[in-house]
Amino acid sequence: MNWLSWISDFFSSPDRRSGPDSIANRIGEHLAISGEALFYAALLAVPLGLLIGYSGRGAGLVTALSGTARALPTLGLVTLAVLLVGVGDTAVLIPLVALAAPVLLVAACEGVRGTDPDLRDAARGIGLTHRQVLWQVCVPAALPALLAGLRTATVQVIATATVAAYVGLGGLGRYVIDGLATRDFPLTVGGALLVVLLAVAAQLLFAALSRFALPAGLRKQRR
Amino acid sequence: MDGEPLVRWYWIGDHLGYLWGLLADHAVISLVPVLIGLLLALPLGLLCTRFPRLYQPLAATFNVVYALPSLAVFVVLIPYTGLATQATVMIPLTCYALAVLLPTTVDGLRAVPDPVRQAATAMGYGPWRRLTAVELPSAVPYVVAGLRVAAVSSISLASVGALIGRGGLGYLFIDGFQRTFPTPIVAGIVLVALLALVTDGVLLLARRVLAPWAGRETAVRR
Repeated sequence: MNWLSWISDFFSSPDRRSGPDSIANRIGEHLAISGEALFYAALLAVPLGLLIGYSGRGAGLVTALSGTARALPTLGLVTLAVLLVGVGDTAVLIPLVALAAPVLLVAACEGVRGTDPDLRDAARGIGLTHRQVLWQVCVPAALPALLAGLRTATVQVIATATVAAYVGLGGLGRYVIDGLATRDFPLTVGGALLVVLLAVAAQLLFAALSRFALPAGLRKQRR
Repeated sequence: MDGEPLVRWYWIGDHLGYLWGLLADHAVISLVPVLIGLLLALPLGLLCTRFPRLYQPLAATFNVVYALPSLAVFVVLIPYTGLATQATVMIPLTCYALAVLLPTTVDGLRAVPDPVRQAATAMGYGPWRRLTAVELPSAVPYVVAGLRVAAVSSISLASVGALIGRGGLGYLFIDGFQRTFPTPIVAGIVLVALLALVTDGVLLLARRVLAPWAGRETAVRR
């Protein structure tokens, strides 16, 4: 197979260097939509997950909900959203937020619930209020779980944002979908390769983050 | 789509046979990969428990595989397995299923407490009998938890295959989008979700039969 020649065709085309179809522009679009989706999903899910995890009420519901949300097909949600609200960022944000929010909700909830009960009792015992226990004990302890959840959500969102191009929006999916439509294989394969690289880069970024962004006390426990 | 209702029931009534055909195709292309994934995960998981050094690199590899966008992988496979063939959709789905199932299988096999394993040996169980009578049954709750995640994701991912011409119910999304006609899309989403729910129910039932001692939830790290 002439894989390498496709990839070199893709990268050597002048369209890849400047203009709307340039690699830099498409990656920028892809990251913008993914970041926006993750931002809204985190805004919705993380505070709710922390509260549910801390109070312990509704935790079963969270698990059930996350299972159901996984079953929703993104392509179906995107196409339906376009028909309902028209082509635009909102139409893509709805399914991407629906994809990321349950992952973050479960991560925040499980992270807080996984806090050592002795730690919580000790914190209460030395006179911390519930709010202080949540912020100063449970949230730092939940950080590894939250980061792991954020990593899964980010990778899934970056991978899935490819589908957005089907309904006419930008991002790296543009290459994949346009290439398929015009039987332009170098374009499709090059686009696919870039999405894979972006997803792997996000994984590596989070692996590094989880190593360096943790409080020192947690790092020592190797948890 | 002004004035177009979300669902036109007569369309669904007129296309029952068609919908059934897509549902059956969807079930095959999404669930057969999970079965193959399971058949691969069991021996691989056993290898990983026998030779623990294998596990880290394998787990890392499948972690990356899990991150690959399905559409991108479908596209990359087309020159080898053809456009709109079952294989093009099923090979990546098998890899995703394996990526979920390998860690859960290994967790399950490792969860057998050492005293239990030693007791089996002391009772005269050979390695094979110990595996089939003690270790595999103990792993069932973990493996089923992994299967639930793998099956539901596979069912939802398979619809992306529609973009390369083979996506079972996913075709309804393309069809509805191209005609600005929401009914097939809604029908597709509902049927995909139903298929996932039914599969999940069957797996729960299987666990209750195979591992009646297991608690209600065995968590999966995904």
